[in-house]
Amino acid sequence: MKRPAVIYDEKAQRMADAMIAAEARHMARRKAELEDCDCKKGMFATAGVTDRRKFLFAAGSSLAGVAGAASLAQAQDKAPPGAIHFNVPDDPTKEQGRAVNADGGYGSRSQFETEVRWRFPTANENTSWSMTPLDKMLGNLTASGLHFERHHGGIPTIDPAKHSMIVHGMVNTAKRFSMTDIKRFPSVTRKYFIECSGNGLTEWNKPTLKTVQGTHGLLSTSEWTGVQFAIIAREVGLKEGGQWVLAEGADAAVMTRSIPMEKMLKDALIVYGQNGEALRPEQGYPLRLLLPGYEGNTHIKWLRRLEVSDKPFMTREETSKYTDLLANGKARQFSMEMEAKSVITFPSGDMKLPGSGFYNITGLAWTGRGRVQSVDVSVDGGKTWNPAHIDTGPENICTVRFSSPWMWDGKPAVLQSRCTDETGYVQPTLQQLIAIRGSNGPFGSIYHLNAIQSWAVNEAGEVANVHG
Amino acid sequence: MSTGDKILGVLLASVAVSGAAFAQTMPVKYGFGSPVTEQELSKYFSIPVDGRGLPSGSGNATAGAKLYAENCAACHGEKLEGNPAKGIGGDKLIGGRGSLATKTPVKTVESYWPYATTLFDYVKRAMPFNSPGTLKDDETYAVVAYILSQAKIIQPTETMDARTLPKVAMPNRDGFEPDPRPELELYR
Ligand code: HEC
Repeated sequence: MKRPAVIYDEKAQRMADAMIAAEARHMARRKAELEDCDCKKGMFATAGVTDRRKFLFAAGSSLAGVAGAASLAQAQDKAPPGAIHFNVPDDPTKEQGRAVNADGGYGSRSQFETEVRWRFPTANENTSWSMTPLDKMLGNLTASGLHFERHHGGIPTIDPAKHSMIVHGMVNTAKRFSMTDIKRFPSVTRKYFIECSGNGLTEWNKPTLKTVQGTHGLLSTSEWTGVQFAIIAREVGLKEGGQWVLAEGADAAVMTRSIPMEKMLKDALIVYGQNGEALRPEQGYPLRLLLPGYEGNTHIKWLRRLEVSDKPFMTREETSKYTDLLANGKARQFSMEMEAKSVITFPSGDMKLPGSGFYNITGLAWTGRGRVQSVDVSVDGGKTWNPAHIDTGPENICTVRFSSPWMWDGKPAVLQSRCTDETGYVQPTLQQLIAIRGSNGPFGSIYHLNAIQSWAVNEAGEVANVHG
Repeated sequence: MSTGDKILGVLLASVAVSGAAFAQTMPVKYGFGSPVTEQELSKYFSIPVDGRGLPSGSGNATAGAKLYAENCAACHGEKLEGNPAKGIGGDKLIGGRGSLATKTPVKTVESYWPYATTLFDYVKRAMPFNSPGTLKDDETYAVVAYILSQAKIIQPTETMDARTLPKVAMPNRDGFEPDPRPELELYR
């Protein structure tokens, strides 16, 4: 089909020219930055050489008009993390707003949006974790800046121009791949959740944390972009008998996990993209391993090395930690898959319902074994169940948002949700799990708690974490 | 499943575009990445249970006691009892034997860790927490020997090296089983 020619009037033509010029300046700056670095192999820009402050103030004629460096810093102090404070006009229709691109070319959230992750108060803040505010989240994807974290040696600062991934061990040709090399391979983009196997570890014996952020916040969902490990494997050539792959990070923990080769070839991704941009530093910038449905710790961040081997390495994180000590004193090892789970995020712990009437119960459901098949919701502590609406199209190893309409009569109620996955596995009750694994939490079997969560609503409308 | 090193051509795609079929020959290998030398690889390590890749050098508990006091005790305690203080949070390293099947299991190197090679790998990799990877190999062997002897797993006189370390019999060597999930009673 022939398209009509685009007709510019004089004004549109000036704008177009100015845009082209601005883009050209941007490209020239990027090219100059590239020439400064000694890694300009291949035809792809290696990101990360931009000094953001230099960039802001070089670009800054528009910005300087709005706020100088000092007042910008001050403005940021008053605003929640990720936002900039601006004075609120009495009537925004009576004065001009901020100039276009006055943010330096990267937007921030509204100063009125305050939700943040909070850190689990471990003694040492370099080996700790922070939880996603699931109660405040809308839709299905987690905002990149709110993705949960678990680091064992802090967040490293890595220059992608100097970063590479080595693949060696039982391969025909050991190779080093620069970020440029990795980005040249064909890529895939897929939505997956990541859940830490320690999600809910405080909740085995008694209801402990108050909010869903505390009980379930080690769960996040992103769209990830990267290369299938299978492509890299073909590139280096696998030797007979290579059954395991050790993945190693470039952080201070030099984190290592052994992953079955079967999993690596099935669906492992070497990812550099998250939600349309580069990975966040807390998520492994510039490169991480993504193992759909496996426990979070195995998704090695700041990935720098893959070593093919005939056996697992029995690293600290697959022996001392991330093993499930059962009541009988034996521990399960390499319990990688995250099983079907769900949680109601509204209403949830520490909220207060203003009065009886209609509420749209909503939450998230997920499974590491494929797609969510169905979600049921109960408002009477599991005596009766109703099928929930699935508000998002179920995707492989991705969360779904579910909802269920509820007319609250003002009497005490216990809200629960239950996920069934496509394999027929049904999310268990805590009693069922304890019957199988024994009750030695929170010291023993602390990981892989996927039990049904109960929220009790009292007559005052207050919502509390209870064991059903 | 060995993939040969030759670059093979393969008929990748045959797609109809605006009525005309086209086919493109794409390589099975893209040829990206650069070779890595043995010398470059020698910077990296990960020690499996048979001790493959353990460096040369050795150490014993006597040398280890001094090194431990200087490099580890502040965070893991004089008696390896751990230090939960704010800003520190170093794990308890010994004790807890026989506690694993109780209501309050205590998981330490002594009671829980199945392999001594893991201890060497981890200390060389990630400890001391405030300056990871700074101990020399002799020093790492010595500190490992000290921890194992304090845990009464080896004699205070024993020397740890690439040959002896993989032979250390850890108390919980047989305490692990492969993941038996899915738990079939939980299916519909
Ligand atoms: C600045 C404090 C600090 C110092 C100094 C330190 N450690 Fe640690 N150590 C830690 C912390 C914190 C952890 C937990 C790391 C994590 O969460 O992944 C740890 C973990 C360990 C573990 C794993 C324990 C387990 O059960 O999983 C061992 C073994 C260990 N350290 C040995 C040592 C040795 C040996 C030294 C001296 C060479 C040392 N540490 C020095 C803070 C320290």
